[in-house]
Parts: sequence; structure tokens; C-alpha cells
Amino acid sequence: MASLVIAAHDGAALDPATLNAATAAAAFGGDIDVLVAGGGTAPVAGQAAKIAGVARVRHADDAAYDHLLAEAVAPLVVALAGAYSEILFPANTTGKNLAPRVAALLDVAQISDITEVVSADTFVRPIYAGNAMATVRSRDAIKVITVRGTAFAAAALDGDAAIEPVSAGEGQALSKFLRQELSKSERPELTSARVVVSGGRGMQSSENFHLVEQIADRLGAAVGASRAAVDAGYRPNDFQVGQTGKVVAPELYVAVGISGAIQHLAGMKDSKVIVAINKDEEAPMVQIADYGLVDDLFKALPALAEALDKAGIKPR
Amino acid sequence: MKVLVGVKRVVDYNVKVRVRADGTGVETTNVKMSMNPFDEIAVEEAIRMKEAGTADEIVAVSMGVRQCQETIRTALAMGADRGIHVMTDEELQPLAVAKLFKALVERESPGLVILGKQAIDDDSNQTGQMLAALLGWPQGTFASDIVLTGEGAEVTREVDGGLETVGLAVPAVVTTDLRLNEPRYASLPNIMKAKKKPIDQIAVDELGIDVAPRLETLKVEDPPGRAGGKRVADVEELVDKLRNEAGVI
Ligand SMILES: Cc1cc2nc3c(=O)[nH]c(=O)nc-3n(C[C@H](O)[C@H](O)[C@H](O)COP(=O)(O)OP(=O)(O)OC[C@H]3O[C@@H](n4cnc5c(N)ncnc54)[C@H](O)[C@@H]3O)c2cc1C
Repeated sequence: MASLVIAAHDGAALDPATLNAATAAAAFGGDIDVLVAGGGTAPVAGQAAKIAGVARVRHADDAAYDHLLAEAVAPLVVALAGAYSEILFPANTTGKNLAPRVAALLDVAQISDITEVVSADTFVRPIYAGNAMATVRSRDAIKVITVRGTAFAAAALDGDAAIEPVSAGEGQALSKFLRQELSKSERPELTSARVVVSGGRGMQSSENFHLVEQIADRLGAAVGASRAAVDAGYRPNDFQVGQTGKVVAPELYVAVGISGAIQHLAGMKDSKVIVAINKDEEAPMVQIADYGLVDDLFKALPALAEALDKAGIKPR
Repeated sequence: MKVLVGVKRVVDYNVKVRVRADGTGVETTNVKMSMNPFDEIAVEEAIRMKEAGTADEIVAVSMGVRQCQETIRTALAMGADRGIHVMTDEELQPLAVAKLFKALVERESPGLVILGKQAIDDDSNQTGQMLAALLGWPQGTFASDIVLTGEGAEVTREVDGGLETVGLAVPAVVTTDLRLNEPRYASLPNIMKAKKKPIDQIAVDELGIDVAPRLETLKVEDPPGRAGGKRVADVEELVDKLRNEAGVI
């Protein structure tokens, strides 16, 4: 049977996490459809149609689905569900909000944050902040899944799928979108960046984060933070990396003034290369890092910026 | 308004869990257990509503083995008024928990249900959304602020791009994120008082719900390890290693 991928988007552009979910869907071997829901989302549907391996984009171009409010979108997904053996969502805040609502309406389990498709009914997923990996088998007819983006490559954008309009009855108008306060940044997006530089409580203030940003500027990196740094207001919530924040797996992760609590490690330990800059050589982050620099960050970061400049790695 | 809060008993967040040698799960014997941290935030939020006069009764619910009563006692010591313990020794998965909560909601008729956004053991992040679906209620997930208005609730949510505020009709289900509040510690007098607060015990069978697990755990393994632990002397060596050894810059 076929797979349905639920596209995440902001109304204007496809969220790249959708591409990782599409790759996970390909592991099932059936046709892949993508659902794009929301008013005025023709450009998003157009992008979804380019996802490699997608047979059809099902386009619900209706303002009732704006902001992908779960109360409105879940009934739409349920109405389409009968044609699919699995429904996949990116494990971002959109997918995590929506997928369980869909699963409950279908009376099936939801399988969270899968990192591997072992077979059509068997999946691997992290539990206990990634300190254990569980292999689970679903007995339900429809598998409702959220996909951990870092575990699946992004699908290519060289496809040419058909776009077909869909409509479903009225959703439930139980909630309404009021406003949003989004972080604006010229930097790469945290979860898909090739390099991430994160600061922790050791940064001591919001102003001091410019030291982290200086390094990020040179490496073309996204900036992240620990929970302690977010709780202290140094950076907003969407910077938090960890068990209960964002999961990243860049080629290079630089952790500055972050001790390496299991909840933080859960969000970054699959990075290819980890650098720790910490004055405490006993800090768990220094223990797991590929390269640990035991030094005061207020000395090390300016020196690192200079050393990068000397090596010809200048701010971009 | 009555507020129902969920309090799950989980392995304490400070414990580094170990996978059992036979691969059936993680070691939980002789391991410190605590209330799921997101549920502490849920209890705290309900107490603040009561202090503000918007809630008049807080019912703390836990489901599972006998020791879940300790978790309920913790909630009562923080300030919840009474507890409900749904008793079972069997594994309860999120869909089953949501169905059991629905049955309790039908008995208790709360105006708001506050749950943690995820439990730090199975990391599912499902139960609140499932409960809202089963009840046909709105959901305010990953909440960092809840404002009760005349008509409903305005919930600010921690989303990937920043913050989003939604308006919900009530009754509603809200799930907590880390920045919603800082939970209080129970004071000694309140711990004593909590011992006298009532806890209803309900056997899972009495609720007439099929709670059989839908997911079968085939095995539990350690995650892939990392070598790690190498030191560099200074920033020059770091830049050199990143460029010439790791090839990432
Ligand atoms: C339910 C729950 C969920 C959580 N989820 C997350 C999550 O998703 N993400 C997350 O990050 N955390 C999470 N946490 C919190 C986690 O347990 C830690 O408290 C947090 O990660 C600590 O942040 P930190 O490393 O910045 O601070 P600390 O642990 O205080 O470490 C600061 C580090 O900075 C170093 N330092 C200080 N000054 C300097 C200096 N001048 N130069 C160099 N080094 C310096 C210190 O040596 C220390 O190692 C969660 C906790 C709970 C209970």
C-alpha cells in the first residue's frame, strides 16, 4: 500500500524536515503521496511536487487549515487515511502536535521519533533521552509515525509529481491562531545546519553570546543553546538543543560552556565531530568530545576567532 | 473550575539509565523514581490557577503500579486537593492512558486538563494530544504561558520557529513545556497535610477500557557509543585538527 507524508510548512515554504520524512517513507517501498494543507499554499504544493519519489501531492488549499492547527487538520488526515498503510510526519513541533491527534482518531498507536524503518511494521526509536534504543513492532493497520530528521537523509528535489486538490468536510473550529513571535535569523536553520555552535550557562549573559556568534559567522553555522542558557533568557526557546528541544546532527557541533547533561547530549550526540570548550576537564561534554579544549571560554573564543581568520576562515 | 493534572512516575531525570543485559528494557530496580518533570510543571500551573482564583479544585491522577501513590502524594504536598490512582501492573501505552483519562474526565468534568508534554522515560509526547482528540477538545501543546480569559484560554506554545499563541475554547487539554513555570518544593507542613488528603483507587478493569499495548517492544539496546575524550592544547591545534584531521572546516 501507499504512504502519506504530511508536509510541514509556514504557509509560504516547505519545511525541509518534510524531505527527511519522505526518505523514511521511501523505505516502505509503496507509492508516496504528500499532503499540503493550508490556504494559498500553491507554492508549497509546488515545492512538494519536486520531492524525489513522490507520486502525488494532495493539496487542501483551504484557509481552514492555516497554521496547521491540529483540531482542523487531524480530521482531514483521517478522512484520507484509508488509502494508506502508513502516515508519516516530521518529528518537529508541527508533527508532534498533529500526529497523536490523528492516531487517536484512528484508534491506532503513534510511533514517535523513529530513527530506522526495520520493516513495514517494525521501527527503531530512542527512549530515555537516547540512552536506549527500542525496536518496536506495531500491530495496527495504519502506522502513524513521526520521523527524526537527523536519522534520514533529505530527499532530493528532482521529482515532478502531480498535484491534485482534495477537500474534506468541515474541521473542528475549536481553536484559533492568534499571533506568533518568530525568531528572525540570517543564519542556517538549526536542525539542518552543517555546523552548529551552541552556548550554555557558562556564557553568563545574553550579550556574551556575541562571542559564540563570532565563531558561527566564520563557520557559516547555526547557533544553539542549552536549556540553562534558554531558561536564563540568553537566547529564545527555539535555540534549545536536547531531549526536549531540537535534535541536531551536524558535521561539526561546538559546545561552549555546556556541561553535557544527558538531556543536552540527547539532542546532539549523533553529530559527526564534537568540540567542547569548557574550563572543567571533568565535564561530560569534554569526555565525549572528539576535541576538548579545556580553557576559559572568554579567552578561548576570541582567540579561536583570530585563529580562524589566520587560517583564512573569515566571517561570511 | 476543576483542573485535572497527570503525574507519571518515571526514572528520575538525574539517573543514567542502563539497558538490561537481556535486552528487554532498562534497569528500574533500585533506581530512584520521581514525578515526571513536565508533570511537576503541570501541577505547579494548576496551583497557581487556584491561587489566582481561577481554579477551585485540583485533582492529580497517576496510572500504574502501587508506588504511583507516592507520586500522587508529591502532587498533594505541592498543593493538589485530591488524587486518583488508576491501578494496574500492566504496561500502559499513551493511547491507553488517553482512553483512561477520557473515562476520568467523564466522571470528573474538569474545565481543564494539564499534562506534561512528554514523559522522560518513553519520550513519546502523545498523551495530551490523544486525549484532546478522544474528547473532541482543543489542545494547547508545549505551553509556555496560559491565560484564562472569559471565553476560553490563550495558550502560548514553544514551536520550532519561536512562539505561537492560540485561542482555545474550554474545556481544553494543555501540555506543559519547560518555561511555563518553576515548580515549587513541597514544604514539610504541606507534606504532613498531604498524608490526610484523599486518594481514590480505581482498578483499571473498573473503567472498562481495552488497555492492551499496541506496540510490542522486541528489544532494547544501547545506542551506538562515541570514542571521544581527545584534548587539544590550544585554539591553533583545534583549527588544525578540524581542518586537517576531521576535515570539517
Ligand atoms: C525534563 C528536563 C528536560 C531537559 N531538557 C533539556 C534539553 O532539551 N536541553 C538541554 O540542554 N538541557 C535540558 N535539560 C537540562 C539539563 O539537565 C541541564 O540542566 C542543562 O543542559 C545544563 O545546561 P548547561 O550545560 O548550559 O549548564 P551547566 O550544567 O551549569 O554547565 C555550565 C558549564 O559551563 C562551564 N563554564 C562555566 N564558565 C565557564 C568559562 N568561563 N569558560 C569555560 N567553561 C565555563 C562549566 O564548567 C560547566 O561545565 C532538561 C532537564 C530536565 C529536568
